[in-house]
Amino acid sequence: MKKLLSCILPLLIIAAVTVPLACSKTEKGRTDDLPALQPDKTDIDAGSWKPILLASANEFSISAPIATNTPEYTAQLSEIKSWQASLTDGEKDLVKYWSAGAVLRWNEILRGLVAKHNLPPYQNDDGIYPAPNANNPLAYPQFPFANPPYAARAYAYVSAAQYDALVAAYYYKKLYNRPAPYKVDAGIKVLVPQSDLPSYPSEDAVVAGAAVEMMKLLFPGDQEYIQQKAEEHKRARIISGANVRSDMEAGEALGKAVAQKFVTRARGDRAGAAIGTPTDWAKLETDCIARGETPWYSLELPKRPPMLPLFGKVKAFLFDSLTAISLRPGPPPLTASKKMQDETDEILSLTKNDTRDHYRIVHFWADGAGTSTPSGHWDAIAAEDFIKKNYSEVRWARNMALLNMSLMDAAIVCWDTKYFYFNPRPCQMNPKIKTLTGVPNFPAYVSGHSTFSGAAATILSYIIPDRATAYDDMAREASLSRMLAGIHFRADCEVGLETGKKVGNYAVDRGKADGAGN
Amino acid sequence: MKQSRKTCLRYCCLLFWLAASIHSAFAQTDIDGIMMAKKNLCVGPMYGYSSWKHYWEGTLKRENLNLGTVSSQMYSVMGAYGVTDKVNVLFSVPYVRTKASAGTLHGMKGFQDASLWVKYMPLETKIGNGDLSVYGLAGVSAPLSNYVADYLPLSLGLRSKTLSLRGMVDYQAGKLFATLSGTYVFRDNIKIDRDAYYTTEMHYTNKVAMPDALSFNFRAGYRHNDIIAEAFLDNWTTLGGFDITRNNMPFPSNKMNATRLGANVKYHLKNLKRLQLVVNGNHVIAGRNVGQSTSINAGLFFIINFAKKQAPVSTTPKAQP
Repeated sequence: MKKLLSCILPLLIIAAVTVPLACSKTEKGRTDDLPALQPDKTDIDAGSWKPILLASANEFSISAPIATNTPEYTAQLSEIKSWQASLTDGEKDLVKYWSAGAVLRWNEILRGLVAKHNLPPYQNDDGIYPAPNANNPLAYPQFPFANPPYAARAYAYVSAAQYDALVAAYYYKKLYNRPAPYKVDAGIKVLVPQSDLPSYPSEDAVVAGAAVEMMKLLFPGDQEYIQQKAEEHKRARIISGANVRSDMEAGEALGKAVAQKFVTRARGDRAGAAIGTPTDWAKLETDCIARGETPWYSLELPKRPPMLPLFGKVKAFLFDSLTAISLRPGPPPLTASKKMQDETDEILSLTKNDTRDHYRIVHFWADGAGTSTPSGHWDAIAAEDFIKKNYSEVRWARNMALLNMSLMDAAIVCWDTKYFYFNPRPCQMNPKIKTLTGVPNFPAYVSGHSTFSGAAATILSYIIPDRATAYDDMAREASLSRMLAGIHFRADCEVGLETGKKVGNYAVDRGKADGAGN
Repeated sequence: MKQSRKTCLRYCCLLFWLAASIHSAFAQTDIDGIMMAKKNLCVGPMYGYSSWKHYWEGTLKRENLNLGTVSSQMYSVMGAYGVTDKVNVLFSVPYVRTKASAGTLHGMKGFQDASLWVKYMPLETKIGNGDLSVYGLAGVSAPLSNYVADYLPLSLGLRSKTLSLRGMVDYQAGKLFATLSGTYVFRDNIKIDRDAYYTTEMHYTNKVAMPDALSFNFRAGYRHNDIIAEAFLDNWTTLGGFDITRNNMPFPSNKMNATRLGANVKYHLKNLKRLQLVVNGNHVIAGRNVGQSTSINAGLFFIINFAKKQAPVSTTPKAQP
């Protein structure tokens, strides 16, 4: 007995000490420790690339910078030096974080805000669901409910505004050709990779300025957080010796001015009315019944009004409203048809055979409540590939804008289709179907995930052709995940993928013609 | 060989499945102030049923019409073996099924977390009219299958590998006893099927940091001859984690706390000396990010004596006062 004790006790003591020490609690994110962005090429001629909303790269003018031999410029150099004389660890962390890329970091911040706000409101005591109010964003339910269409639109506006602002910035960089502070004064330590790109106006400040202005509209309740990020971003650039204050101020002002043009567009793009009215909701149902079909109804208790039924009428970026309607696919199988019965049976059989691998696929792609939505997931996939490509900021923004305009326009065509046909979900057709993730609160045909993924895979395959097979595989898996989950029919997924690819091709055409090349 | 009072052939010291919460935060655990005698094995099946309709979303108590009543059933094999009179080894292998009565979400089933404990009684002494004994326990648990953790409240468990260290004091005076224990639970980080998630900030990883937990248990009652009847009060506190936000889904690294009140009866069948019945019930009286569950467990255990020249099982080790 003593022998045994003398074995077990030391073992337990060792385990007690080592196990807690061995498992470090915090988990690093994949992009926490990125190296600084060092673009393969400066894209100095990006001022000639085709903007999205701007009439021309110099639609908004900025004044010529002060010369580098003036006392005022010298004072700005001194500001950098005084920061650098006593850098705290926190300041070094800021430089490290932001040097990974301005477009990347603001995209990540946006994904976080979408995830935070992607929560359906809870019902009032009378069973009525309250709607968020943009004019009182902090009252419950907080504005916005960043659901998939809202999120797709948010990513598109922020990316597109940043791209146009950078096209303008690069135009002025080339025009004014003011060198970076470390090229003027060898006494400036530079904490980020050096570049031949002129530093006025700062591309980082342009990106931050456009993001702040755009996100003020999209996430009005989070302005303090957004502003704090922008301040940190600007400080990081000055601390790092990459920009003087006048680079930052000119860039921020330009970014905000360009973004204002997108804000004006967003206010008039009909998204504000996409929630519809009780009259609209009732009409969708009666119209569907009049066609002789079984209408969709909410599977939530109490029944929740359908998600953004008029989002299909939102103004797209890549095509006009007639084209959007022309992209609407033909009808799903009739609800009373043998084909519909067969497709329902197929989903029942898939959900009964709920293997562990099915859950892996379903949950990896679920991107439901509390996540950055399918668009955010595709942004993450794209960003992690873009990181490896060492793009300039303007090319980062251009590629993100092409991706996110595809995703927003995919949402528009998809939502138009969903509410045109108002087709039920599998578990409405057969309540025996139990789902491996939550059932989205809108009609089934066509699958949003499939449309988003088809569009994203198409534009990303144009941007990074050697990853085309991987993107296609991912899109198919994302699409399939909705059948495995028991929330979509085969027709929803297959037609959704095809429709998404058609939308993505409009972005490819734009990419081919915007002067950026690949 | 002098038989300890707390070393008892009659009663199985057992692992109890304490599915208290929105998930099974309380893993199998041993909190008895009794020991199996040397070379005696107590083993048998245990069934548990636990359900809740109300839960705490952070500190807000609510129901969810899209879940209805969430229930879980546990089928397990549990056992305890006396390596010596003062060292016991305990184990448990549970199979769990979960279900929601409303809404569309698919229930889950599969093997949950196995646990293995070593229980050591270094000290037993007479104080006043009674016996005081002190115990040290160490336990580990790990998932037996590749079940899904990030599917609360229907996932089978949290998948976190744990190491628990417990100190326990038991005092018995006459037929009455009281046991107090405290446990620190180290919880290993887990992996989920998503590649990003939001807690109070965004995480671009599939790994989730799991906060440790602390639990206390106080139990008191009657312990004599063929029966133990006790009531207990316990508390589980997660040392960190975050609250479920309004109308959001729960997440494995939530701050899950629960205080429970329960009762437990172990009965040694008079006619079948090697059989023991165990029935346990408990209810969560306060919580945070957990379901307000009510649970019942029942088990039937067999005592097998591997000692060659051991006294018959029915013999009381030492006359009870």
